[in-house]
Amino acid sequence: MGAFESFTDFLQMGKHGLYVWLSYGLALLIFGYNIISVALAKRQFFSKAKRRLRREQTKS
Amino acid sequence: MKIKFPQWFYQLASPRWFYNFTGKLLPWFSIAAFLLLSVGMIWGLMFAPEDYQQGNSFRIIYVHVPSAILAQSCYMFMALAGAIGLIWKIKMAHVMAKSAAAFGASIAVMALATGAIWGKPTWGAWWVWDARLTAMLVLFFLYVGIIALHSAFENTQSADKASAVLALVGVVNIPIIKYSVEWWNTLHQPATFKVTEKPAMPPEMWMPLLVMVLGFYCFFAVILMSRARTEVLTREQKSSWVKELVMEKV
Repeated sequence: MGAFESFTDFLQMGKHGLYVWLSYGLALLIFGYNIISVALAKRQFFSKAKRRLRREQTKS
Repeated sequence: MKIKFPQWFYQLASPRWFYNFTGKLLPWFSIAAFLLLSVGMIWGLMFAPEDYQQGNSFRIIYVHVPSAILAQSCYMFMALAGAIGLIWKIKMAHVMAKSAAAFGASIAVMALATGAIWGKPTWGAWWVWDARLTAMLVLFFLYVGIIALHSAFENTQSADKASAVLALVGVVNIPIIKYSVEWWNTLHQPATFKVTEKPAMPPEMWMPLLVMVLGFYCFFAVILMSRARTEVLTREQKSSWVKELVMEKV
């Protein structure tokens, strides 16, 4: 497969498996953090805004 | 001299127009980011040839170089948006600057951490107080400082102005990062990509890198637009169009 002889070879990355997978894992983690924090902020805004609007409507 | 921008550029200053316009762009940028990053990662991890000196640890550059480039571009974008907001008093420019700061801090962490992980097998140390590395660390502190300064103000307008000024002062760090490898005797190698020269790597190595850089920029666009959209809604929550939008979601 590609530049490697076998899947075990691919996982081991010569003797640099730990470093390579740690880097890529961290990159994915930071991508994921950004996606989740953006989605959470959006949800939080809408749930808060909905409650506030309902309150305003019951008052008037 | 009067500079004329295309019509859509002026319309972006309107919060409502920005919200609708980015709503249309977002799915396309999301698809592009997902495809480019998946292809780039698989290509870089599995198909790019091994480096004859560094072995497989060189594959870290496919996440390190794009994140380092983007951490700096994102800073320039933030400072420019801050300047536009200060000079022309455009609310949307400050929204963009604030959204860029949060993303920039996370991507600067990625550049620093992947660099450290690469340094261990290559230089034998996680960290050295090299000019390039130190300047990158300063960039991260600038992002953190700008975020902290913004949250220290009760009033959004004062917060926007203060963080824009800090962002502009911090721009001095960008040329220092860029030329650090030339001005001082650093351990860090010079740039992998130069606009004026052919890359020193073979195409099998730099092509996946180019795909990753493009993917990172698309991802930046996606996160920036999404963050800015929520920020716009929060700031404009008293206006009728936001209220209508919220009511539709119920």
